[in-house]
Amino acid sequence: MFRNQYDTDVTTWSPQGRLFQVEYAMEAVKQGSACVGLRSSTHAVLAAANKPASELSSYQRKVFRVAEHAGVALAGLTADGRVLSRFLRNECINHSFVYEAPLPISRLALRLADKAQLRTLPKYALVCVKNFRLRELLIPVCTQRSWKRPYGVGLLVAGLDETGAHLYYNCPSGNYFEYQAFAIGSRSQAAKTFLERRFEGYNDYTPEQLIKDALSAIKETLQGEKLTSANCTVAIVGRKDDGTIEPFQMIDATRIQEIIDSMEAAEEAPPVEPSSMQEEERTSDAAPMDI
Amino acid sequence: MSRRGDWVYENNGGTCVAIAGADYCVVAADTRLSVGYSILTRDHSKICDLADKCVLASSGFQGDIKALHKNLAARELLYQHQHNKRMSCPAMAQLLSNTLYYKRFFPYYAFNVLGGLDSEGKGCVFTYDAVGSYERTGYSAQGTGSTLIMPVLDNQLKSPSPLLLPARDAVTPLSESEAVDLVKDVFASATERDIYTGDKLEIVVINKAGTTREYIELRKD
Repeated sequence: MFRNQYDTDVTTWSPQGRLFQVEYAMEAVKQGSACVGLRSSTHAVLAAANKPASELSSYQRKVFRVAEHAGVALAGLTADGRVLSRFLRNECINHSFVYEAPLPISRLALRLADKAQLRTLPKYALVCVKNFRLRELLIPVCTQRSWKRPYGVGLLVAGLDETGAHLYYNCPSGNYFEYQAFAIGSRSQAAKTFLERRFEGYNDYTPEQLIKDALSAIKETLQGEKLTSANCTVAIVGRKDDGTIEPFQMIDATRIQEIIDSMEAAEEAPPVEPSSMQEEERTSDAAPMDI
Repeated sequence: MSRRGDWVYENNGGTCVAIAGADYCVVAADTRLSVGYSILTRDHSKICDLADKCVLASSGFQGDIKALHKNLAARELLYQHQHNKRMSCPAMAQLLSNTLYYKRFFPYYAFNVLGGLDSEGKGCVFTYDAVGSYERTGYSAQGTGSTLIMPVLDNQLKSPSPLLLPARDAVTPLSESEAVDLVKDVFASATERDIYTGDKLEIVVINKAGTTREYIELRKD
């Protein structure tokens, strides 16, 4: 992408009808380390590759719990992501305070998309900008105020509501789409290729199979580096068979390592038909999945 | 007695009791909701689980109590998100006090008793007035039956005199089952004489293993 005379601020259109600043914000997402999300009809899984900034530092948190029934994984400017996670947490708490019910995931994604587009300005700014009363007006950031920048983070929003498990991707432009499986961040194309081959069966996957596929997808983005529980984070949310909710939580490192080990053991076994391999994996695991 | 035209409160009655032990805490409340001389329902809980080691029982105006409990539960969830752990009982005690005082000039008509385990695992009970003045004690009763129950608890729970120095812990040396029996007895007595107390007793016991609930029938008249 070249620098040009239309990319200085977010309120300038290019003659081709593009907002370059928004597109640059989406570039920031592509630079962040990879995140992967996938879902079945009852469970949604988020996984992130943990890439520390340097050998001396620890990795930044990329997966956040937003409510008991929802969480996000982000890629890009993680500082912006923290602000957005806090916003989402407040939205969920406010909704359940008023309606005594969890915020449906589609609405959560919508609130986030609205925030990318619209933001209420503080009162003093409204007063000094124009003469007429703007107090109740939500002003679109991207088109009318040049001193606010878009959020530089893409979020995978995963959660459970009455209609089942959902996965949404919110990008800095304010667009959002629902996905069966998706990957964002650097080298996410490798993960996307992997997921494209397998996503059609995901609705019927068990939680354990979803986690295995999430880990495999993350492995694709590591490109040769060994996958261990230290360089990935996995979180799951869903509805168990008995109808109770399995709240959004990170899976602990020992359990992830067990799953990685069992995946590697299965790979080393002589190649078998996919369906019987899945059955073998299920029976060879130590205990029924109880995260 | 005629009420003012702008009286926005009403007392829905009921009694709450909490007793702290060395490694447990018992919080109990009756389940009757009344207004005036009528009973609204016999099966309404006054107890709210705020955190895994922290339980709040409130009697007074039901509308304010519901709002207060919801407010605290939302704040606790926010705390969980920010600190990655649940709120401790002493922290919740301070939060409740601040929340009540925030409405010093239009108070929550709620008489609260907060019980749970502190960070060392010892039982703690905090007792409040309507505007947030609070104190950590070994036991407490609030509500319409409190004047009937408190003297009995004072007699039974062998609390050292507050005049003794250095200040000594007021937690009772009674065992958990003895404390639960005391609570049952004390409610049975209060039910006899207080018209707003009765129907069912909800007893919540918090200890290291977690929280357990028990329901005991009380007189329904």
